[in-house]
Amino acid sequence: MLAAAISASIFKDLMNAVIASCLVSLIAAILFFLLQAPDVAMAEAAIGAALITAVFVIAIRRTKRYEE
Amino acid sequence: MNFIHNYIYYIGAFGLVFIGIYIILVKRNLIKVIIGLSILDTGINLFLISIGYISKGTAPIFSKIDMENAPMVDPVPQALVLTAIVIGVAVLALALSLAIRLYHHYGTLNLRKIKEQRW
Amino acid sequence: MRRIISLILLAVVALGIALCVIHIPFGAPKTKVGNYYIDKGREQTGATNIVTSVVVNYRGFDTLGEVTVLFVAAIGVSAVLATLKKKFQKKIEPPSLVLNAGCRFLFPLVLFFGAYIFIHGHLTPGGGFQGGAIIASAFLLTYLGCRGRRISESRSKLTESLSGLVFVLVGLIGLAIGGHYFLYNFLPKGVLHSLLSAGIIPIIYIAIGFKVGSEIAGIIDKLVEES
Repeated sequence: MLAAAISASIFKDLMNAVIASCLVSLIAAILFFLLQAPDVAMAEAAIGAALITAVFVIAIRRTKRYEE
Repeated sequence: MNFIHNYIYYIGAFGLVFIGIYIILVKRNLIKVIIGLSILDTGINLFLISIGYISKGTAPIFSKIDMENAPMVDPVPQALVLTAIVIGVAVLALALSLAIRLYHHYGTLNLRKIKEQRW
Repeated sequence: MRRIISLILLAVVALGIALCVIHIPFGAPKTKVGNYYIDKGREQTGATNIVTSVVVNYRGFDTLGEVTVLFVAAIGVSAVLATLKKKFQKKIEPPSLVLNAGCRFLFPLVLFFGAYIFIHGHLTPGGGFQGGAIIASAFLLTYLGCRGRRISESRSKLTESLSGLVFVLVGLIGLAIGGHYFLYNFLPKGVLHSLLSAGIIPIIYIAIGFKVGSEIAGIIDKLVEES
């Protein structure tokens, strides 16, 4: 998970950075389930891994794709 | 080794927090800064839930099978984190719409150039 | 230069936080409020999902504040993107037949699944916010699969406003009838483990599910704006 977060800061192509942050959210949802919290795991998987990534991709399409 | 095994959740949560703060402080593109904000949010929620964990506990839901002897984890941090996740998505949607508006006005998303153009 | 200064600053802050967090034991019971909610939760509210009873019944006012924050954010997105000049109309190519038919087949199934999750909020893990997010994902699927179809804006705003109104009205009725505080649980508690139990909790969760789903679908509709 920490490797995915560090690579989200290194990538120059913004699409790759968004997919790395989606991976961070997905692994956090699995960790929530291992800590015996099924409600929070469902909320994080539905909202963090699906809706946030979709909103980011739509916003990147309307602006630039590469950094600088 | 026992030390690492006990505190691994805290190390992971605070690692995410510090990576998020580093991205916000150093990076120049506005959308990268918003990605850092989202990573910071996830890290804080992970820390809050890992505080409420009780060893060998189960999820706080009663079912028809009677398991009265197992302790249950704390339900209060889970309710607070449920609220925090939804508020995080609302803030991120508003921040991205402001970024789209900035791009149409200035033509670039580089924070140094936007600061130079204002003055 | 900026990187070195920020790395030194983060190292100092990390050292300070590590000195404090070491004293928090991992896995030991820490507070007494959680034990009170677990022991008395079933007979006082009638719901078997303790997290649901904490979110809606014991801390219902915080949920009202959160619904307000979502509402203000949706209004903010609509207001910021309203006066943006549209680009010239690009020709949208129609999607292929397999994609179109597949998305139209899946859309009512996903809606059904989301409705199942927020109706059984007080019995199984789930609830209003999770079900609302799944309903918004169903609308996102139609935007991706069948391009060119948009949801009607006036109907989604009507659903959102009516659901918010239902939440506040149920709370005010509770205040007027018997109890001394807002969001008093006035309906009968019913039998445990059955669908019609736990007082006003299913009604509030159904309202929250509709509201969150139509709100996030409205945000995505405002951001896409292709035609």
